[in-house]
Amino acid sequence: MAKRKVQEINASSMADIAFLLLIFFLVTTTMSVDKGLSRRLPPPLPPNMEKKDVEVNKRNILVVLINSNNQLMVQGEPLDVRELKDRAKEFILNEARESSLPEILPVDIEIDGKTETYEVTKNHVISLQNDRGTEYQKYLEVQNELVAAYNEIREEFAKKRFGKSYSELTEDQQLAVQDLYPQKISEAEPKNYGGNK
Amino acid sequence: MAKIRKQEKKSVPAVSTASLPDIIFMLLFFFMVSTSIKEVTYKVNIRVPEATELQKLEKKSLVRYIYVGEPRPEFQKKYGKETRIQLDDSFAELNEIEMFIENERNAMKENEQGLLTVSIKADKETKMGIITDIKQALRRAQALKINYAAVQRTTY
Repeated sequence: MAKRKVQEINASSMADIAFLLLIFFLVTTTMSVDKGLSRRLPPPLPPNMEKKDVEVNKRNILVVLINSNNQLMVQGEPLDVRELKDRAKEFILNEARESSLPEILPVDIEIDGKTETYEVTKNHVISLQNDRGTEYQKYLEVQNELVAAYNEIREEFAKKRFGKSYSELTEDQQLAVQDLYPQKISEAEPKNYGGNK
Repeated sequence: MAKIRKQEKKSVPAVSTASLPDIIFMLLFFFMVSTSIKEVTYKVNIRVPEATELQKLEKKSLVRYIYVGEPRPEFQKKYGKETRIQLDDSFAELNEIEMFIENERNAMKENEQGLLTVSIKADKETKMGIITDIKQALRRAQALKINYAAVQRTTY
C-alpha cells in the first residue's frame, strides 16, 4: 500500500486570526498602571458626640490653609507651594531647637531587636484646611508636598542610620522608621469658608 | 549569452509569510501582559492631577473606583455640565456611595474586607466641595484607605 502523503494545512490565514486577536486586545485594554497618592481617612465621629477642639500646644501645629482662589497660607503668611516641602521639613525636624517650633521629646523605637532612643518632635501636627471652592489639583499638590517632606525625612534617617536607601530596608526596619516619623497630617472637619459652592 | 537572458526572465520568489503569525502572536502576548482590561466606560471626563510621591495600587481586586468629573459631551444634554460622580457604569448621587461601598465590601472575601481601598479618580479642575463630601461619605462607610489617582509629574 502506498503511503499517502498528508496534505499540509494552509496556514496563511493564521496571521489574520492573530491580527484580529491583537486588535481586540488593543481596543479593550488600557496601558496605564494605576498610581496615586495613598492616604488614610480618620474614623467617623460618633453621631452624638459634640465637635470639640483638642488642646494642642500652639508651637506644635503647622497650619496650612488653601483658599478658594487656590492660594496657600502657612502659619498666617502666604507661601508658594514649591517652598512648602522645605518649610514642612524644618517644622517636623526642628533641628535648630527653636522655641517657636515643636518641642523635642525622646522616643524609643525597636530596630533589629534592640531598643534605640531618638529625639524627635513627637507631638507635632500639620493641620490642613481647604475651602469647598479649592481646585482638586491644588489640594493634591499640597498633600503631595507634605508627603514628600515626610518621605525625605525618612530617607535621610535611613541613610544616616542604616547607610541604605529607605526602599532597600527590610519591612521591619521600614516600620521602625515609620514609627519614628509618622505622617501626622490632620484635615479639619470641613467648613465652608468661601461661601460659594 | 542565451543562458543569461533566460535567467533574467525568472520571477522573484515570493517572500515567505510563514513566520508572520509568530510575529503577530508575539505582539499579542506583549499587549496581553503589559495592559489591563478597562474597568468601566467613562461617562465623565477625567484628566487626573499630577503628583510626585506616587504609590502603585497593588492588588486590583481590593480596589474600588469612584470617578468624578464633568459629564462627557454626549451626556451633557441630559445631565448638564455640573460635576458628577460615576460609580461602576452609571452616574450616581452622593448618598449612593455608602450603599455602593457596603455592597462591594460584602461581595469580597471576609479576610480581605478590611483591605478595601477606594481610589478617587477625579478631574483636576474639580472643586474640593464634592471631594470633601465623598470623603465624608467614605468615612461614614468605614472605607478609610483611600487613594487619589494621579500621574507622575515630569516638569514643575
